[in-house]
Amino acid sequence: MTTYSYFPGCSLKGTGRAYEESLLPVLRALDVELEELDDWNCCGATAYMAVDEVRACVIASRNLALAERTGHKELIAPCNACYLVLNKTEHYMRESPSVNGVIQNALKEAGLASSGNLPVRHPLDVLVNTVGLDAVRRRVRRSLKGLKVAPYYGCQIVRPYSTFDDQFNPTTMDRLLEALGCTVVTFPLKTRCCGGSLTGTLPEAGLHCSHVILKEALRRGADVIATVCPLCQFNLDSYHDKIAAKWGATRIPTVYFTQLMGLAFGMNERELGLHRGFIPMKPLETSSPE
Amino acid sequence: MKTKIGTVQYESERVEAFADEIRNVPGCEELRSCIQCGTCSGVCPLSIYMDYSPRQIIGMVRSGLKDKVLRSRTIWLCASCYACAVECPKKIRITDIMYQLKQRAIRERIYPRFFPIPVLAQEFNKMARSRGRVTENVLAAVMFLKTTWWSAFGMWRLGLGLVMRGRFPFHLESIKRKDELKRMLKTVDDVTSNTLHASGRRPFKPIREGSK
Repeated sequence: MTTYSYFPGCSLKGTGRAYEESLLPVLRALDVELEELDDWNCCGATAYMAVDEVRACVIASRNLALAERTGHKELIAPCNACYLVLNKTEHYMRESPSVNGVIQNALKEAGLASSGNLPVRHPLDVLVNTVGLDAVRRRVRRSLKGLKVAPYYGCQIVRPYSTFDDQFNPTTMDRLLEALGCTVVTFPLKTRCCGGSLTGTLPEAGLHCSHVILKEALRRGADVIATVCPLCQFNLDSYHDKIAAKWGATRIPTVYFTQLMGLAFGMNERELGLHRGFIPMKPLETSSPE
Repeated sequence: MKTKIGTVQYESERVEAFADEIRNVPGCEELRSCIQCGTCSGVCPLSIYMDYSPRQIIGMVRSGLKDKVLRSRTIWLCASCYACAVECPKKIRITDIMYQLKQRAIRERIYPRFFPIPVLAQEFNKMARSRGRVTENVLAAVMFLKTTWWSAFGMWRLGLGLVMRGRFPFHLESIKRKDELKRMLKTVDDVTSNTLHASGRRPFKPIREGSK
């Protein structure tokens, strides 16, 4: 049993709770335990950076310091934005003495300390590169054979600080989905922006970004889109009525990759939070002719 | 939105120190090495909605056309996907420059009226500072109330859908040690980040103007 510190982020406690509901049991089934960071705070996401980058790094650094205090060697952040911001903060701590000075000063005030060297990892990286695909394959109880999946990574998991995969054509999730028995469709838009918060603030531009991704997934013959980020899932799943009204229907379910893993591990759909999606996934029997 | 090719720019519109101010911010150092190749504009998924392309913005920052840059829609349309930053042949961190420009536009209170993006950014900021966590539905509601409140009516179906699926929190999330976070941020105010940012940076104050 390996234990990691776990930074859920605000979305996983709100609109993206199905991600947490599927992530924890799936990792547990593979002998990985996540210990939620006590009293973690918001990472700041893209919005805080737009108002004040240094303060954004300061609030993010509190989480890094709390994680270092637990004694666990690595911190897991399942949301792409949290993952990026925490890594970016560490990058600034290492590369910019002036920013690091402000951060250390602020941490000292709270009786905390952070070296800026704690590895912050995405669960996708841990599952494929540490747990390993063989362990995943061994745990599969119900192969997802015949299910055609479009792997959608979103932007901030691979850009700009991540080193575990290619920045434009990542394949980590492709390999993981294949290990579950899925057919992975060729999906060139796998790292194109979903629109981020623009879907709410400027729908004409934001929703178009989501629409392009949905349309391409359908055109490639996918039954379902797999995501690794709560905001991508929200954007691709929740605005179908508005997108249909503007550009025509593009009805395809979008689920978390951990939900597909849970299904392959024989877990219950409801426990994996699959009922929380707006566009429901077809029952597996019809999509896997076995 | 038409690009302004051919518009005459007067020498008097230039704020010469502007480029250097931006360049002195950590992460924005490579500004001067831009070769105006346009790769950033090509890979940007949102450039079709921008009034100036990212390449033009970089050129304008370098030329000191501060007012035009800070009033542009472009800086707000950047969704921070970092496609430009990793593709740039001169390794310019364009996303970080866009962040810096957003910060300046907010500080100088220059942004288009009824424009929800900077309002969302500031409300997010306020909530993260005071409560330590962000409750997404409450944040969205506040943003709509302060900007295009009428468009919130179009969201009822989404809101109801989230409630029915158990994804709509009914309480405000917050951390236990809020004072700890406040004290940490206070130290930043005390340092007055002038050492970090060359020109007259004021401590952050929430801004309401421009949203009415």
